[in-house]
Amino acid sequence: MTDVSAAISTRATAPASLIDLDAPAKIAVRNLNFYYGQHHALKNINLSIAANRVTAFIGPSGCGKSTLLRIFNRMYDLYPGQRVEGQVLLDNANILDSRLDLNLLRARVGMVFQKPTPFPMTIYENIAFGIRLYEKLPKSEMDGRVERALRNSALWNEVKDKLNASGLSLSGGQQQRLCIARTVAVRPEVILFDEPCSALDPISTAKVEELIDELKDHYTIAIVTHNMQQAARVSDSTAFMYLGEMVEFGPTNKLFTSPADRRTQDYITGRFG
Amino acid sequence: MAFHGSAMEQAGSHDRARALNAFRLGDRAFYWITRISAILVLLLLGGIIVSLIVGSWPAIVEFGSAFLTTQRWAPSAEPPVLGALSPLYGTILTSAIAMAIAIPVGIGIAVFLTELCPLWARRPIGMAIELLAGIPSIIYGMWGFFILGPFLANTVQPFFIDLFAGVPVLGSIFGGPPSYLSLFNASLILAIMVLPFITAISRDVFATVPPVLKEAAYGVGCTTWEVVRHVVLPYTRVGVIGGVMLALGRALGETMAVTFIIGNSFRITPSIFAPGTTISAAIASEFAESDGLHQSSLMLLGLLLFVLTFFVLAAARLMLLRLEKKAGKQA
Repeated sequence: MTDVSAAISTRATAPASLIDLDAPAKIAVRNLNFYYGQHHALKNINLSIAANRVTAFIGPSGCGKSTLLRIFNRMYDLYPGQRVEGQVLLDNANILDSRLDLNLLRARVGMVFQKPTPFPMTIYENIAFGIRLYEKLPKSEMDGRVERALRNSALWNEVKDKLNASGLSLSGGQQQRLCIARTVAVRPEVILFDEPCSALDPISTAKVEELIDELKDHYTIAIVTHNMQQAARVSDSTAFMYLGEMVEFGPTNKLFTSPADRRTQDYITGRFG
Repeated sequence: MAFHGSAMEQAGSHDRARALNAFRLGDRAFYWITRISAILVLLLLGGIIVSLIVGSWPAIVEFGSAFLTTQRWAPSAEPPVLGALSPLYGTILTSAIAMAIAIPVGIGIAVFLTELCPLWARRPIGMAIELLAGIPSIIYGMWGFFILGPFLANTVQPFFIDLFAGVPVLGSIFGGPPSYLSLFNASLILAIMVLPFITAISRDVFATVPPVLKEAAYGVGCTTWEVVRHVVLPYTRVGVIGGVMLALGRALGETMAVTFIIGNSFRITPSIFAPGTTISAAIASEFAESDGLHQSSLMLLGLLLFVLTFFVLAAARLMLLRLEKKAGKQA
């Protein structure tokens, strides 16, 4: 609890009134239900994710927070037997529409995973690959885009001399920043982070968190995390989920300092989870 | 001993030492058994090479390097003229055509099974592929002789012959007349025979790609084709090439089915619809009634096949190395 309060108080946050309320909603979730076969994993979720803000999802394992994140880019579509009911509006258009072009959606909504997932190619190609899917650029322009993506991910200085080395040769923290660079390079509007630091050491974690803080100037960010301090450090608003339900959703400092729901309080004070 | 225990503990540690000693003996035995097994393989390989060289020595002395460049195969001529060019040509050509057909189809089936196929159809199709691998080659030979050969000669071959008639190079490659027994028929049978190897191995290695890596690729907006092309295949290239090499090894050495349908002709013609022969088909059909220089020449053919297979494997290794370089050196 003290760690969390410390994280809240040391962070330079805008006044609570500015957070969340005035920012337009980038993603709006309406009456969302999700099923893994027979299992009812998400129950009647409603929330809106503000543009250019960081929204964190916390809750014990199995509460459905990753499931919710994976709906935002329709990753669940890859697996038969998973289905969804309700609406998810991205800029007021329902992304659950079956006629939607999934590749375009995923270009708009990028994702960074729990484990670093560099593609089996060079560092340069890892970035250029995604760009090439959408744009045909001359070599010099591509070089510029790759450099900018790597600079934006605070990785450029570490890899500029070995752009032709395999992406797999980097350390775990560097690989994760490479994946962030790759996601940023295709210029999405929303970036989803699914426990991005759970496989990283504290220094790499700090770098990634710093990065998230910078990225929100240009992107809308949703992050799932098991680490409450992290949620407190990086996010503007936080959603607490439990057993597939959205228990509480509000400005981060309010949720952590004066939670409205008993279950939220129990969770953030470490009584369960 | 790092500590001083009571008498009882000392007795206990004595027993432990004895038990450990027994283990150590078992360890040594295990070490030697595995080591001898490994040495046995080397001895066998060396023995086969030596006996092949000894057996083919008379032919090597008699024909020298002309053996590789002579097309004529006349064991009963006076003096006998024997050359390996035709079986070499047939072996390489049939294997090449077979692989050209089997690699895309085999990998295509594997991609379909792992990425696109509805769940309920996966098992039946996968099992059908595995059953295909279990069919004895003599059955492929009979089927090729009685059914596939006539079918190809009556329908497929005339179609290609008409299609390319008059076209410069293609016209002679797909030149007539159609034949029940031909290099093309043998290649097709070989393709069918090696298909299960490529599919089964590709499918197994495709399944080892971490789902999250594929999700990441889909996550930047890749289509299924792009995921397969840029993530799945590069990630699994060692395994896929391994499967292809296994298949190629089988295609190069396959004997029974090919002997049935290739026609056993030692004349090289530009047409793939003409009869031909391969090294293993030539050996299988002539070894029983051969002696002297003829038999020695057949041994030399066998040695050539051995060398050919070795080079193919070496080429595969080289290709893998170059691919790895292209993907960036690790660490």
